This record gives sequence, C-alpha cells and structure tokens, in this order.
Amino acid sequence: MTVETSTAGILVIIALMALVTVVTRFGGVFAMSFVRISPRIESFINTMASSVLIAIIVPMAFSGDAGAIAALATTAVIMLATQKTLPAIAVGIAAAGLVRYLVG
Amino acid sequence: MPADAHRYQFQPARVRAEFFRLLPISLFVVAFGAAFGLAAVQKGLEPLQALLMSAVVFAGASQFAAVDMWGGQVSLVPLLAVVFAINSRHLLMGASLYPMLREMPPGRRYGLLLLLTDANWAVSAQQYQSGRKNLEVILGGGLVLWLAWVLGTGIGVYFGGLLQNPRSLGLDMVLGCFLLAMALGGKKSPRTLLAWAVAAIASLAAWRWLPANMHVVAGALAGGAVGFFWLERHQGPEPASGENDQ
Repeated sequence: MTVETSTAGILVIIALMALVTVVTRFGGVFAMSFVRISPRIESFINTMASSVLIAIIVPMAFSGDAGAIAALATTAVIMLATQKTLPAIAVGIAAAGLVRYLVG
Repeated sequence: MPADAHRYQFQPARVRAEFFRLLPISLFVVAFGAAFGLAAVQKGLEPLQALLMSAVVFAGASQFAAVDMWGGQVSLVPLLAVVFAINSRHLLMGASLYPMLREMPPGRRYGLLLLLTDANWAVSAQQYQSGRKNLEVILGGGLVLWLAWVLGTGIGVYFGGLLQNPRSLGLDMVLGCFLLAMALGGKKSPRTLLAWAVAAIASLAAWRWLPANMHVVAGALAGGAVGFFWLERHQGPEPASGENDQ
C-alpha cells in the first residue's frame, strides 16, 4: 500500500508513525500489568534492562569505524577507572573526533 | 493489584533537577535534531511537517530511517514496519520500569511513557539497579530531550545543518558513549557480567543473521534469560522491590 506524499498523505504517515511509536512506548508496560512480579520476573527484568544497553552498544562498535571504536573504548576505560560519567563521555567523543581527524 | 498500590512519591523538585541533569546531553541532541531537519527537507518534507514529526514521534533513529524511505510515494507497511522494529526496544525499556510505574495511577503512568527515550530511561534503569527509584528523570529528562529534539529539527529545517559535519567532531557517538557510561556505572555482579556476555553475542548474531533492526530486542531478551534462570539472593536494597507484592 503506497501513500502519495501530498500534504494530507504526509500527515497520515506522520500520524501512523506516531501511533506505532506510542504502541512501543506503552506496550511493554501494558503487557507487564498482566504479569505477577515474582522474584524471578524481577530478576529477568533487571538483567534484561542492563542487557538492552549492551545490545545497542556492541553491534554499534562492530559496525562502526575506528572513531566509533575509539570513542566507546575510551569511555569504557575512563568510566571503569573513575566512575565519572560526564568526563568519560566527553573524552570518548573527543577520541572519536581525534581518530577521524588523524585517519580520515 | 492491591488497592494501595498507587503510591509513588513523585517529587516536582526532582523533576527540575533531572531536567538540568540531562541538559548537557540535550545540547548534543540539538545537533542531531538539526541533522534530521536538514535530511527531512532535502527529502521533500515541508519544514512544519518535519517539526510535527519530531514533536509527535520523538524517536530519532526511526525518523531518520523513515525519511530515508521518502519519495513521491511512500510504501506505508514497510515504512511502519521499520519504525516499529527500530522502536521495539521501547517495549523492553518500558517493561523494565514497570515495578516503579505500577505504583502510579494509569493516567500518569502512560503520560510519563510518552516521554520515554533512550537517555532518560538509561538513567532511571541504572539507578533502579542500585535501589533508587527515579521516575522524575523520565519526565524532567524527557522534557529537555524533547525540547532539544524539536528545537534542533527547527534549526535544521530553517537554517540547514548546524555543523557541516557533526561526525568529524565525534558527535554521532554521544548517545553510544552515554549509554555505555550508564551500563558501566551500574551494579556489576557475576550474573550481570554473564548476562552482558550473552547479550553481546546474541545481539551480534542477530545483527549478522536476523532481519535488520532486531538485534537490540534479541540481545536484551537473551541477557534477560540469564536473570530468569539465575536468581540472586540479595538484589540491592529490598524496599526497592516487592513491597506491594502481598
């Protein structure tokens, strides 16, 4: 099914995109409201939550260029050494810029 | 659900504090909003249409993917499938906040979720791991991120890209570095480390072999399975969980 990108068509597309996205924002919570939170479910939720971050970052590193890898590696090292979030992010970004300047 | 379940103590002062906590990262979000706005008008959207999309969709990666598929005609089902796949991580992110969200009346609960996005969720989820409940960051942090995204889009559609090449400054890595810092700042037990290893392998396998955009959900569910089968006796300060379970 195709939609013309006329003014009305675009508004329909945007509305449907918003609807689909709201369904993803609400859906997990709505589904959970039917689940009894046992210790096992709580444990699943907690490990899943930190795994979300890893599942975003690891493929990002593998598909990224040298700059992306430098950024993530630098952030990881500083974060593990100091536990200071903002310096870790700032130096990580600077590392990406520096590597791309040198390599690119 | 018990009748007295709705008792999350929502603190307006903390909402303001969380707004300012995420202000620095929001400045980077402005740069990405500008990149999106520029891409959108180059693909033929009117400025106001791009702004409307940013305001009501508020999910950057999926918006970039959508305008990438733009043309004189748009195939609706593939477009919406891509938007759903990219944003399906919200399903898991929302579910992970449920132990806190269930302490709120449903109206507030779903109102907050309108502002759920990667950065404010990462802060809330990380703090919950250490036994602190913070839904204020979803509202305060979500508001500043939303404002930054819409403002950035406006700059992009009316003034072009804010920077000629945000990548050369490493700005495309802001969110990745932020999420990584959140992950490494959380509690690291042997169980968590095993879950991370499983999540990393599963997400890479899904990225390599499954249809596009499924790697986050696949990796997160695989990591969650570790928690499902390996229970820890003491999970942080107990009052953070289970208090309404009678």
